[in-house]
Amino acid sequence: MNDRWLLILGANSDIAVETAHQFAKNSWNLLLASRDISNLNKVASDIEIKHQVRVKTFEFDASDFKSHNSFYENLPYKPDGVILAFGYLGDQQRAQKNFGEAKKTLDTNFTGAVSILEIIAEDFTERKTGFIVGISSVAGERGRQENYIYGSSKAGFSAYLSGLRQRLYKVDIHVMTVKPGFVRTKMTLNRDLPGMITADPKDVGIAIYKGILKKRNIIYVYPVWRLIMFIVKSIPETIFRRLDI
Amino acid sequence: MKISGWGRYPVIDSDIIHYHSEDSLFKSIDKHEPIIAHGFGRSYGDSALSESILKMRPAKRMLQFDQVSGRLTCEGGVLLSEILKTFLPRGWFLKVSPGTKFVTVGGAIASDVHGKNHHQTGAFSESVSEFSLMLPNGSVKTCSRSENKELFHATCGGMGLTGIILKATIKLQKVQSSTISQQVIKTASLRETFQAFEKFSDEPYSVAWMDCTATGDSLGRGLLNVGHFNDVGDFNYKPPGNFEVPIAFPSFLINNGSIKLFNQFYYNKNFKKVSNSKVSVDSFFYPLDKLKNWNRLYGQKGPLQYQFVLPKENSFEGIKEILTYLQRNNVYSPLGVLKLFGKQNKNLLSFPMEGYTLALDFKVDDKILSLLNDLDKKITEWGGRIYLAKDSRMSEEVFDSGYPKADKFRSIREHYGMNELFNSLQSKRLNL
Ligand SMILES: Cc1cc2nc3c(=O)[nH]c(=O)nc-3n(C[C@H](O)[C@H](O)[C@H](O)COP(=O)(O)OP(=O)(O)OC[C@H]3O[C@@H](n4cnc5c(N)ncnc54)[C@H](O)[C@@H]3O)c2cc1C
Ligand SMILES: NC(=O)c1ccc[n+]([C@@H]2O[C@H](COP(=O)([O-])OP(=O)(O)OC[C@H]3O[C@@H](n4cnc5c(N)ncnc54)[C@H](OP(=O)(O)O)[C@@H]3O)[C@@H](O)[C@H]2O)c1
Repeated sequence: MNDRWLLILGANSDIAVETAHQFAKNSWNLLLASRDISNLNKVASDIEIKHQVRVKTFEFDASDFKSHNSFYENLPYKPDGVILAFGYLGDQQRAQKNFGEAKKTLDTNFTGAVSILEIIAEDFTERKTGFIVGISSVAGERGRQENYIYGSSKAGFSAYLSGLRQRLYKVDIHVMTVKPGFVRTKMTLNRDLPGMITADPKDVGIAIYKGILKKRNIIYVYPVWRLIMFIVKSIPETIFRRLDI
Repeated sequence: MKISGWGRYPVIDSDIIHYHSEDSLFKSIDKHEPIIAHGFGRSYGDSALSESILKMRPAKRMLQFDQVSGRLTCEGGVLLSEILKTFLPRGWFLKVSPGTKFVTVGGAIASDVHGKNHHQTGAFSESVSEFSLMLPNGSVKTCSRSENKELFHATCGGMGLTGIILKATIKLQKVQSSTISQQVIKTASLRETFQAFEKFSDEPYSVAWMDCTATGDSLGRGLLNVGHFNDVGDFNYKPPGNFEVPIAFPSFLINNGSIKLFNQFYYNKNFKKVSNSKVSVDSFFYPLDKLKNWNRLYGQKGPLQYQFVLPKENSFEGIKEILTYLQRNNVYSPLGVLKLFGKQNKNLLSFPMEGYTLALDFKVDDKILSLLNDLDKKITEWGGRIYLAKDSRMSEEVFDSGYPKADKFRSIREHYGMNELFNSLQSKRLNL
């Protein structure tokens, strides 16, 4: 049997669940961490039954920074890889009027991620092993009026991952940034997404697994997103500010 | 969102709610609008259609499996195909499976579906030990043959009208290999087809394809397919990929000429009186699943399925009359499927009763709709009934005469207030 353990943070996310299945299918054991433990236990039993690997669940709150040290220390196995999937889309309109909503978005997507990943990076460096996957977003590549609170939190996270990648490259620890584009999940349930460029969570799971095998730095699930974001980023700010996209 | 059943008729505009968790479910339902659970939409008619539709597919987790007894507890939206993929390689198969594996456990219970082994094993509910049902007041009840019996028997076959099946425990069956030893028996007449069913009734699985275009002495000729799992062999299981029918086919491709040609070809492609072969689970149980969206072959409107069962003593005469009647009106079904059912169970609205069941496919038009009204009458006279999972058109009278426990079902619905929340187009039409 295989003894590799993968830690997934925000493991209740639809993308995380499908990614977990991909790794379990390839004999990885799983440490699943998220807030809603009752749902998480169902995710765990499903994976255990289908793939016959070992799965353990833990309560974890990204925005409860103080708890991160003890959370990581108390894990029964030190992970051989970690995937950070948690995220909070928030409500842009509300975040503009109510700083609480903006703060929650930033605390989850950025500060929470930095807090836990620094702890893990330290441990991986010491053990000279492991890989780190962060699920960021194309929304972080250019701020748009529609979702710039979320977007800026993801921009920060992407920048963080890129710095971390440079730092850990020296100790041969692989850091991968995932920019999934639109994905059909509970986060986007009530939004009309363009079918052609919207991925299923399973596509993202497969792309992440492959990306790890190939040691990719940044992946877009559908390559067309690279092009779309290139165009979006190329528009001069004087024009961009007038646009309604 | 626009939505319809597998028969693509009727199409309605519904509010869609996606199941998220047991805790949030009741809150997510608007109690002022009729709602109905929706599995994988493989029922042909209007049983899973309503103003509001609760998609249960997100409830797709397996929760527990006992390797000794083969008991699996899973959420209501788990597909039978997922159960096969997980357990066939470990030597387990479904006790009862319908002719498509793309149905949910919840949908299989709600229609109390039957397979090719009904004459020996009974309907899907035979494999169900218990399930959790959410009632209209949000409470969740465990139902089994000993606990909340009444709800158990109303829900199996109850077409989603008693509440939401959240999770279920079903018993899988041990098999010794993943292949089936199949025999195909060619019959020359309806009499021979019936005799073949009786002769091979020791075989666990049997189903006949009937050539609905054959007339005179050949009326009711067909190919009886029987089989059992091989005792030795491996458990290799690789579900085949499927081809997609890309767009609604021009429906004129299905006409009397092409139907006759296809049926003759199919019948004659088997030369021998009896032929033996070793086949895979998918080719034996799920031949139609090879074509994803094959319902599009029937054009914009899709196939109208009509499945009925007649009591055994009337089956032969009744089926003969019905086939002859259709032919006299120059109407042919491209596909006729005949099965023998065993004893009826205790569920209030389960379809199977001891006798023969025939499923026919039609392309929808006004002529066929009026002919089917005539068939309804004949079936009522012969003491038979029509399958709710395939129905979008029968009248309340025809339903009541076929399902003698309908009033009992209605009074349970009223008692629990189910009729005030859980309603489908079908339940309204049938005044359930
Ligand atoms: C190619 C093909 C072959 C078939 N062969 C057979 C066969 O051999 N034998 C047979 O018996 N049937 C057969 N069927 C019919 C099919 O098995 C039934 O219609 C089945 O109920 C479909 O399940 P579903 O998950 O798609 O449910 P849906 O079609 O979405 O819903 C069907 C009914 O189940 C209810 N329901 C679904 N989920 C739940 C839930 N969680 N809780 C409460 N109620 C629920 C709905 O309200 C509705 O009344 C066949 C269908 C096709 C397309
Ligand atoms: N869907 C898309 O179109 C899309 C596009 C680009 C990027 N992304 C990113 O992809 C990631 C996964 O998204 P998804 O679509 O799979 O989302 P999802 O299904 O909505 O899941 C998000 C998960 O994040 C967890 N979470 C939120 N706040 C948390 C906190 N404070 N602590 C711990 N866990 C927390 C939640 O876990 P609990 O249920 O346990 O509370 C929730 O299940 C996110 O980072 C998202 O930003 C998504």
